[in-house]
Amino acid sequence: MAANEKVDVLIVGSGASGAAMAWSLAETKMRILCLEQGDWMKSTDFPSNGRDWEARRYTDFDISPNRRGRDTDYPINDDNSLMKIANFNGVGGGTLIYTAHWPRMHPSDFKVKSLDGVADDWPVDYWALERFYEENDRMMGVSGLAGDPGVPPRNPPMPPIPLGKTGTHYAKAMNKLGWHWWPSDTTVATTAYDGRAPCINLGHCTPGCAQGAKASTDITYWPLAIRAGVELRTRCRVREITTDEHGMASGAIYYDAEGKEHFQPAEVVILACNGVGTPRLLLNSASARFPDGLANSSGLVGKNLMLHPWPVVSGYVAETLDGGRGPITSMWSKQFYETDPSRDFVRGYTLQFGRTTGPANEAISSAAAGRLPWGRDHHRIYRELLDHRVNIGVACEDLPEEHNRVTLDPVLKDSNGIPAPRIDYTISENTRRMMEHGIARAEEILTAAGATRISTSRTVLNYPGHLLGTARMGDDPERSVVNGWGRSHDVKNLFIVDGSIWVTSGGVNPTSTIQALALYIADQMKQRLATLFD
Amino acid sequence: MNDKADTGLSAAEIRDLADIAGTMVPASTELGMPGADDPAILADIVKSLGRDLARVREAVRAIGALADGALGAMHQDKREALINDCFANGGAAAAALGRVVLGAYYRDDRVLLALGMEARAPFPKGYALEQGDWSLLDAVRNRPPLWRDDRAVPGGER
Ligand SMILES: Cc1cc2nc3c(=O)[nH]c(=O)nc-3n(C[C@H](O)[C@H](O)[C@H](O)COP(=O)(O)OP(=O)(O)OC[C@H]3O[C@@H](n4cnc5c(N)ncnc54)[C@H](O)[C@@H]3O)c2cc1C
Ligand code: SF4
Repeated sequence: MAANEKVDVLIVGSGASGAAMAWSLAETKMRILCLEQGDWMKSTDFPSNGRDWEARRYTDFDISPNRRGRDTDYPINDDNSLMKIANFNGVGGGTLIYTAHWPRMHPSDFKVKSLDGVADDWPVDYWALERFYEENDRMMGVSGLAGDPGVPPRNPPMPPIPLGKTGTHYAKAMNKLGWHWWPSDTTVATTAYDGRAPCINLGHCTPGCAQGAKASTDITYWPLAIRAGVELRTRCRVREITTDEHGMASGAIYYDAEGKEHFQPAEVVILACNGVGTPRLLLNSASARFPDGLANSSGLVGKNLMLHPWPVVSGYVAETLDGGRGPITSMWSKQFYETDPSRDFVRGYTLQFGRTTGPANEAISSAAAGRLPWGRDHHRIYRELLDHRVNIGVACEDLPEEHNRVTLDPVLKDSNGIPAPRIDYTISENTRRMMEHGIARAEEILTAAGATRISTSRTVLNYPGHLLGTARMGDDPERSVVNGWGRSHDVKNLFIVDGSIWVTSGGVNPTSTIQALALYIADQMKQRLATLFD
Repeated sequence: MNDKADTGLSAAEIRDLADIAGTMVPASTELGMPGADDPAILADIVKSLGRDLARVREAVRAIGALADGALGAMHQDKREALINDCFANGGAAAAALGRVVLGAYYRDDRVLLALGMEARAPFPKGYALEQGDWSLLDAVRNRPPLWRDDRAVPGGER
């Protein structure tokens, strides 16, 4: 096996959290290396450059790694889960194909035990993270509007995405009902920002932004981190984290693009492989000293997986809207976010209002839903659908439950022979009641908006690619995998910074908080450099 | 196009596919729309099968079997009923067939122009998005905070 020169810090994974971590630690002048299994993506390769832009979301830009099947992907057995796994493996990780919706967690999300009597409080709170949220907003470049009574004060550096016809339509309905709404914060640049061009409404933000207006970490954090001396090595798939005779992490074994095995020694190892990739790697790093997987004396590695069940309610209005010709994200509502004792569930959800989709996807999704017939009626009905769709996503908080988990699949393996992750996940009774409540409210809104053909799928849920909770933070080593600043309780030079350290999931898209936490952990490490392993 | 795989469909299968596609989305002279069996669109469908080849082949065979191998000879009403029934029963093969046919159909220049759309990729020209009516936000602006401030709630402070 080829052995490489030792580095001070080895980061595995270059996505949302790995990039923020690398950039923040770069000022220490330590030797920092990031290993990433995927490639750099070129904006000229993104689908919106070509006439087949809509079809490619079902092939090489599918959000499911199993369908996408690039050789940089690893398979995931999610047969035993109603919620499927979405991700992207490349420099930028999930931010390459995320939708750029950018809410923060609420202060109450960090205190669910003391405020609502469920699950556990986090070992950090909103106010400890606040300045890192702000720093991250500047780094990623956020558009939005200050003054929202639904969330704590924040100051997005760019103006919000226009409401357009679709947003105006929703806003009228919300005002009729007297319910809260506000233009969403997003990481779509609405003005020129830090070398990024402004959004030109390609309307297809999820599978990569050809204009470079959407913030993915390959164009935000990474260029700065690399300029500051961090090395990023692509096409390096880590198989396991190794340990020495003292039980400390000694480095990682990885395969390069040719399948050749390497050993990369390091003083400190930081995992940033997301809520599925990180437990997979820890479980696959079992050894005589750590027979149940690395950092797993609590038995919680892989457990408490949270995925955000996300029903979407759709309808059609008479007015012609601007679906497909602007960013998908538009507005949010926090009307039902906080716990209300009069409801039959605890915790809550965000309503996310979408601008919809292009001509082929309107036809494909409507045919699949049985709305669009085949035959001579096809053209007439299609004209009633195209550019008339409104839809609302119900972003539900799911609470941590140990039976929802990531394990190693006994059979399925990736192209390097590394066991694939297996997902077992069910939706709890509390979340089901929350979903029904949200679906009913969304139906009320669409009805107030004058929509007809209202439909919801309860069985095929949207799967948002929010992978959380499988190596949770906490003060008690028996009830958590890492401490309040991301260090493994068991292995004192091993840190975890991705979505797996979440204690609960909130009812929001997670990346803003994932990155704020990574910056917070980097800051804690910098303050403790002399005593990092004590 | 991303999938460079050989189409793999035989000439007979392509003929059957043409009958099916032309039934799924027939031409409309009134609206100026070609059918999905138009030669250029059919060629695009066949070229785009890629990873869906096996499923599409399965769907073509299943529909052929239901029509006793004579879909093209059936009356249009019967053909349409057969195809709609087949899709209503669901399944991955039918879904793949629908996806590939519609994916190619709704990127054809003539189809997009007949729908009043521009026949081009979104990038680099993009689109204009109007601001919309921001005055609607006045109704929300001065509402009291909806979020719980944990610092003000008993038990909230750490
Ligand atoms: C379709 C979609 C839409 C989304 N929309 C939104 C949204 O609107 N707003 C929002 O906040 N979030 C959204 N998300 C979620 C967002 O992408 C994730 O929350 C975020 O990227 C997670 O960050 P992370 O650092 O935990 O991991 P990731 O960003 O997933 O990065 C992990 C990286 O680790 C690499 N890796 C994994 N294992 C290994 C290994 N063994 N060796 C080497 N490298 C490895 C992977 O290749 C990957 O690049 C969306 C996700 C998807 C899929
Ligand atoms: S709508 Fe804007 S952010 Fe989205 S892909 Fe287009 S240019 Fe990029």
